[in-house]
Amino acid sequence: MDQLEQMLLMQVADLHKVPDGAYNIRKNGEADGRKSTPHIRIKGRKDGKSGIDIFVSGETKGESVHIPVVITKTDYRETVYNDFYVEAGADVLIIAGCGIHNCGVETAEHSGIHTFHIGKGAKVKYVEKHYASGDGNGENVMNPATAIILEEGARMEMETTQIKGIDSTVRETSATLAAGAELIIREKIYTHGKQFAKTDFSVDLNGEGAGADIVSRSVAAENSRQEFEMRINGNEKCHGHSECDAIIMDDAHVTAVPALAANCVDAELIHEAAIGKIAGEQLLKLMTLGLTEHEAEEQIIKGFLS
Amino acid sequence: MLELSHVSFAASDGDAHKEILNDVSLKVNERFVAITGPNGSGKSTLAKLIAGIIQPTEGKILLDGEDITNLSVTERARRGISYAFQQPVRFKGITVKDLVSLAAGRKITVSEACTYLSEVGLCARDYIDREVNASLSGGELKRIEIATVLARGTALSVFDEPEAGIDLWSFQNLISVFEKMHERTNGSILIISHQERILNIADKIVVIANGRVEREGTREEILPNLLAGRICPAFGA
Repeated sequence: MDQLEQMLLMQVADLHKVPDGAYNIRKNGEADGRKSTPHIRIKGRKDGKSGIDIFVSGETKGESVHIPVVITKTDYRETVYNDFYVEAGADVLIIAGCGIHNCGVETAEHSGIHTFHIGKGAKVKYVEKHYASGDGNGENVMNPATAIILEEGARMEMETTQIKGIDSTVRETSATLAAGAELIIREKIYTHGKQFAKTDFSVDLNGEGAGADIVSRSVAAENSRQEFEMRINGNEKCHGHSECDAIIMDDAHVTAVPALAANCVDAELIHEAAIGKIAGEQLLKLMTLGLTEHEAEEQIIKGFLS
Repeated sequence: MLELSHVSFAASDGDAHKEILNDVSLKVNERFVAITGPNGSGKSTLAKLIAGIIQPTEGKILLDGEDITNLSVTERARRGISYAFQQPVRFKGITVKDLVSLAAGRKITVSEACTYLSEVGLCARDYIDREVNASLSGGELKRIEIATVLARGTALSVFDEPEAGIDLWSFQNLISVFEKMHERTNGSILIISHQERILNIADKIVVIANGRVEREGTREEILPNLLAGRICPAFGA
C-alpha cells in the first residue's frame, strides 16, 4: 500500500496500520486484505454482485469491523453491495468509509449499498466517513444507500460525515423499526465550490415504543447546493425527532424538506429545521477576542461540524 | 489609559437621526470605573463604541495615546480591549474550553481553563466540555462570558451590565467575582451597572443621563447623592 492509499485510509477510517479485529479493505475494486474473527465472519457474496456479507454473532461484545474503500483511479465507477447480519444480543462497532483520490480528468464514483439486518436487542454503532481529494479536474462522486432493519429492542447509532472533496453525493437512508428499537443518526456535511449533496432519510416506526432521533448539521459554502429530505412515519405509539440545521454562506443554496406522518394517535413526532447564515453576534464575540472575521468564521464552522 | 474625547453617536431611524450620545468626554485610568444612569441613557452605546462594534459620528477614542477611533473590533481587541456582552452569545458545537482557549489566544490546558472558571464560581469539571449553547442557563453563560474576559487579561476590560438577567443567588456570587477582580487586576475595569453593590466597589463613578456625562467623581462623591435619589429617581438598591 502506498502513501496516498495510506493517507486515504487514515482520513476515512483513522487507520494507521492494519486494524485490530475483523476487516476488509477494498482498493480499486479488489480485496486488499480481509480478516475474520471467531465472532465476525466476512465472506464474498454469492449472488454475483460485488461486495461482501458480514456476519456478526450474538456473542460479539465490544468488537469492531473496519471495511474501508479506497479508490485512486480516474474514470472508474463501482457499485458495491455489503450486507450486515447482526445476531440478537451482539454489540459491535462498524467503521466504513470511502476515500477517493482522483488526479485524472474523468469521474471516479463509488456507490456503497449497505443493508443492516439487526437482530433483537443487538447494538450497532456505525461510523461512515467520506473523503475525496485530487489534483485533476475529475469529479468525485459517492452515492451511498443504507437500509436498516431493526428488530425488537435493537439499537443503531449512525455517524456519517462528509467533509471534503466530494463533488456530488446522493445519500439515501431508510430504516424500519420494530417495537422498542432505537435509531440515532448524526450527519455532518460541508460543501463548497460547485458541490452538490443530497440526503434523503426515510424512517418507519412500526413498533410500539420505537424511537428515532435524526440530526443533520451542514455548512454550504461558495456555490454549493444541498438538499435534505427527512421523512418519519409514526405507525404505532412511538417517538420521532428530526432536525436539520444548516449554515449557508456566499452563494450557496440549501433546501430542507421535512415530512412527518403520524398514523397512530400516540405517535409523537417533531421536526426542527433552521437555515441561516452565521449570526453576526457570533462573529462579533470572537472578534472581541482578537480573531479576524475570517478566523471567527472558521472557528464557528469547525465547532458546528465537530 | 482610555480616553473619549467629544464623542457623539447618532442612530438613524429612517430619515430621522436620534442623538444617543452627545459630546461625551471621559478618561478611564482608575482600576475600577462604573458607569451608571437610567435606562436608555446611552450607557451600552458607550461600551459598544469603546469595543469598536459601532463607530462614533463625532469625536475620538484614544487608547494609551493612540487614536483607535477607526480601528476594527479585532484590532482593538489585539491592542488590549476586552468586552463582555450584556447578552452572551451562544455557539453550537463550541465548548467552554474552546471559547476560553480562543480568549486566551493559545491552546490552554484543562487546569488553566479550570482556574478561570473557578474564578467566576463555576465548578470547572462540570463545564469544560459543555457546549456554549442553549443548554446553559443565563447565569452560567454570563459567568463564562466573564471568564473569557479574565482569560484575555487585557489592560482594559469593559462589562456591559453583568448583572442583567441573573437571579439573586447568582448575583451574590457575581459581586464577589468583581470584588476579586478589583483586587487583582493589573489594568482598568470599566463596568456598566445599576447595582449599588457594584457601584460600591468602584474607584470612580460616571453618571450618564440623556446621552451626556451628568456627573463623575469618586465613589464617595457620587454614591450618596445617587442613593438619595437626588440625581435620578430611577436608582435604588
